[in-house]
Amino acid sequence: MERRNFFKKGMTLLTQLGVLSTFAKKAKAETNGYDPSKHYYGMGIQVNKCIGCGKCMEACKEENGVPKEPFYFRTWVERYIIKKDAEVIVQSIDPRIDRIGNSVPENEMMRSFFVPKLCNHCDHPPCVQVCPVGATFKTDDGVILVDSDRCIGCRYCIQACPYGARYLNPVTSTADKCTFCYHRITKGMLPACVEVCPTQARIFGDIKSTASPLTRFKRMFKLHVLKPSLNTDPKVQYADLDGEVR
Amino acid sequence: MKRLLQKIPDSLLRVGTAFIVFIAAVILVRSLIPASLKNTEEHRKATVEREVAHPVRYAGSEVCADCHEQFELKKKGYHKNLACETCHGVAKEHTENPGDVKPVKNTKREACVLCHIYNPSRPTGFPQINPSIHNPMRLCIECHNPHDPKPQHTPQECQACHAQIARTKAVSSHARLECTTCHTVPEQHKITPRQVRPTIPSDRSFCGKCHAKESKFVGTPKIDLVMHGEKYLCWQCHYPHMPEVE
Ligand code: HEC
Ligand code: HEC
Ligand code: HEC
Ligand code: HEC
Ligand code: HEC
Ligand code: HEC
Ligand code: HEC
Ligand code: HEC
Repeated sequence: MERRNFFKKGMTLLTQLGVLSTFAKKAKAETNGYDPSKHYYGMGIQVNKCIGCGKCMEACKEENGVPKEPFYFRTWVERYIIKKDAEVIVQSIDPRIDRIGNSVPENEMMRSFFVPKLCNHCDHPPCVQVCPVGATFKTDDGVILVDSDRCIGCRYCIQACPYGARYLNPVTSTADKCTFCYHRITKGMLPACVEVCPTQARIFGDIKSTASPLTRFKRMFKLHVLKPSLNTDPKVQYADLDGEVR
Repeated sequence: MKRLLQKIPDSLLRVGTAFIVFIAAVILVRSLIPASLKNTEEHRKATVEREVAHPVRYAGSEVCADCHEQFELKKKGYHKNLACETCHGVAKEHTENPGDVKPVKNTKREACVLCHIYNPSRPTGFPQINPSIHNPMRLCIECHNPHDPKPQHTPQECQACHAQIARTKAVSSHARLECTTCHTVPEQHKITPRQVRPTIPSDRSFCGKCHAKESKFVGTPKIDLVMHGEKYLCWQCHYPHMPEVE
């Protein structure tokens, strides 16, 4: 082959490849006719409705492939017991274990209840600020995501999260946490935990829409967020929240 | 050409080649690193795409309606808020291939007990049983249809749904008083408890019927209705289901 010819062919091949690859990218983005800028998501949790069955924890693991071991969670449920002597006991419930056993006799309890927890998808997320490689960020629709390709597993964000919502995934060795089931909500489905909750203790919705269960939830109840003094501005809001809950 | 090259000092030529090789290597490496790792915009887009592409495992209840009559049945019953997949587990694959993939069908007592066992942390009004005395050794589904778990007759006992209050009262000095002494309960409360609510005593004279000095009720400790507790309602100090002071 002549040198000139070689270069000529090579150049055309290269440009063709380039054009093709941009096409491929375009096609991928367009198949999903979803516009993130039109949405902004939040969750409401009515503490008085939670029966502590743990179905949400189980469903979250199934849906998102979270390791089955009992210490990796994207969402979890805490059992609070406030004793008559004002001592506060917090237990993390384990849906696989029979929960009949009460560590505190009933007549010593002042009040007791369950509190479901998950990533608060803060509007001012401390985890995003501390990430040294910019792997965690807020999407246009308000969800905090982690880029597992970029994450170096340094655990800064796990330390920085005031809600303990993150863990280091032992399989990928990267930080992992709740995504509001991003793959579901962008298709108009409910997050798995909300789908399976038997008492509607969890309400999910679009803050930008006025016709959503979340809007009624915000109108009907006095709402609280966890650790408001930190100014993280959580998008997970609680009704009937007890002052002892942290 | 050859003469030109010979004119250039040998050392310069070597440095030059090294330089060119270095530049080529840099260009090569840069072109190998995917754009998503160099450009913030690109890396976020890639992360969002990866999340969106995550497979859905919980299909959602509406889909089941296409093929299963249980959907219509469940809609009117006590289990109306339970998603099909709360009990049957992930079923997305089943909806795509119903012949080969079957969702789980747990008929054991434990499946129901998980949610219905008595637990003092559960909210009042949630139907709870003690599995060791509620028809032990028999399957729940022998008597209750899981898709419409109406008990053969509506529960007569307040205890069915207010177990903690009933237990508290049972060991108090009000043990012998029926719930209906103080609450007028419409029959409908046992069917749609949140919509139709029983009455709650409205003033001090209600307790005065049995506890005022003037009262002819025998066997009760008496107080001066005007002076005792002054402006407060009696139940602002005495828990009516456990009125003891100590
Ligand atoms: C496309 C129609 C279709 C859809 C949609 C569908 N199913 Fe089914 N399902 C079937 C068929 C057909 C069978 C019976 C298979 C057989 O008996 O061999 C079945 C059987 C079942 C069974 C009984 C399995 C067993 O072991 O007996 C359960 C439970 C079930 N489906 C649950 C669900 C749930 C939950 C959903 C919704 C997420 C759903 N199905 C959606 C067609 C469907
Ligand atoms: C409270 C838990 C629960 C919920 C909620 C539930 N199921 Fe079931 N389902 C069961 C149990 C338990 C059985 C086994 C019944 C039996 O073997 O008699 C069953 C059986 C079935 C069967 C097999 C046919 C039969 O009667 O044996 C189908 C189909 C089914 N369910 C579909 C559904 C669909 C569709 C929904 C949602 C509309 C749903 N189930 C919701 C517990 C549940
Ligand atoms: C995931 C939790 C969950 C599971 C599992 C479950 N239930 Fe229920 N059950 C509920 C809820 C929620 C209600 C409605 C309570 C209410 O109306 O406040 C209910 C109501 C009932 C009632 C009506 C009680 C009454 O009189 O008010 C019966 C009976 C019942 N369930 C039986 C069963 C049986 C039998 C099973 C097993 C096949 C079962 N449940 C499994 C959550 C569950
Ligand atoms: C022998 C039949 C039978 C079996 C088996 C049975 N139940 Fe019941 N259940 C009843 C009847 C009858 C009632 C209505 C009781 C009443 O009106 O006092 C009832 C009531 C209930 C209630 C409503 C609360 C109440 O006390 O009224 C729940 C919840 C319940 N059952 C759950 C279960 C669960 C869970 C199982 C399995 C662990 C189960 N049942 C097994 C017959 C049965
Ligand atoms: C089927 C279950 C069920 C039965 C049976 C039942 N209740 Fe209730 N009851 C509820 C629920 C659910 C609530 C609402 C709790 C809440 O608001 O958190 C409630 C609320 C109440 C309240 C508070 C009303 C208010 O305005 O706050 C009273 C009082 C009450 N019940 C008394 C009774 C008495 C007395 C009986 C027996 C005659 C009884 N209930 C039987 C489920 C039941
Ligand atoms: C001596 C009268 C009396 C008796 C007997 C009584 N109650 Fe009450 N109950 C009250 C009063 C008064 C209140 C209002 C308490 C308050 O607002 O602080 C109340 C409140 C309630 C409430 C709503 C607040 C709460 O504590 O959750 C429920 C539910 C309830 N009663 C159920 C029952 C049941 C079930 C029984 C029978 C086991 C019963 N009560 C027996 C007087 C009584
Ligand atoms: C139907 C009559 C009746 C009504 C109504 C009634 N009580 Fe009582 N109360 C009793 C009886 C009976 C005793 C138990 C006396 C005993 O055995 O020592 C009692 C005991 C008490 C005691 C003493 C507890 C102790 O042993 O230290 C208090 C306090 C009390 N009631 C408060 C109330 C309040 C508050 C109300 C209104 C919500 C109320 N009662 C309504 C009948 C009633
Ligand atoms: C400000 C709080 C307060 C209010 C309101 C109140 N009580 Fe009391 N009550 C007490 C205290 C404290 C005692 C015990 C010390 C005493 O005897 O004064 C007591 C004692 C009693 C006793 C006597 C118990 C015994 O063993 O002798 C009865 C009966 C009683 N209260 C009924 C009522 C009734 C009925 C009402 C409403 C008309 C009421 N109380 C309102 C605080 C209150």
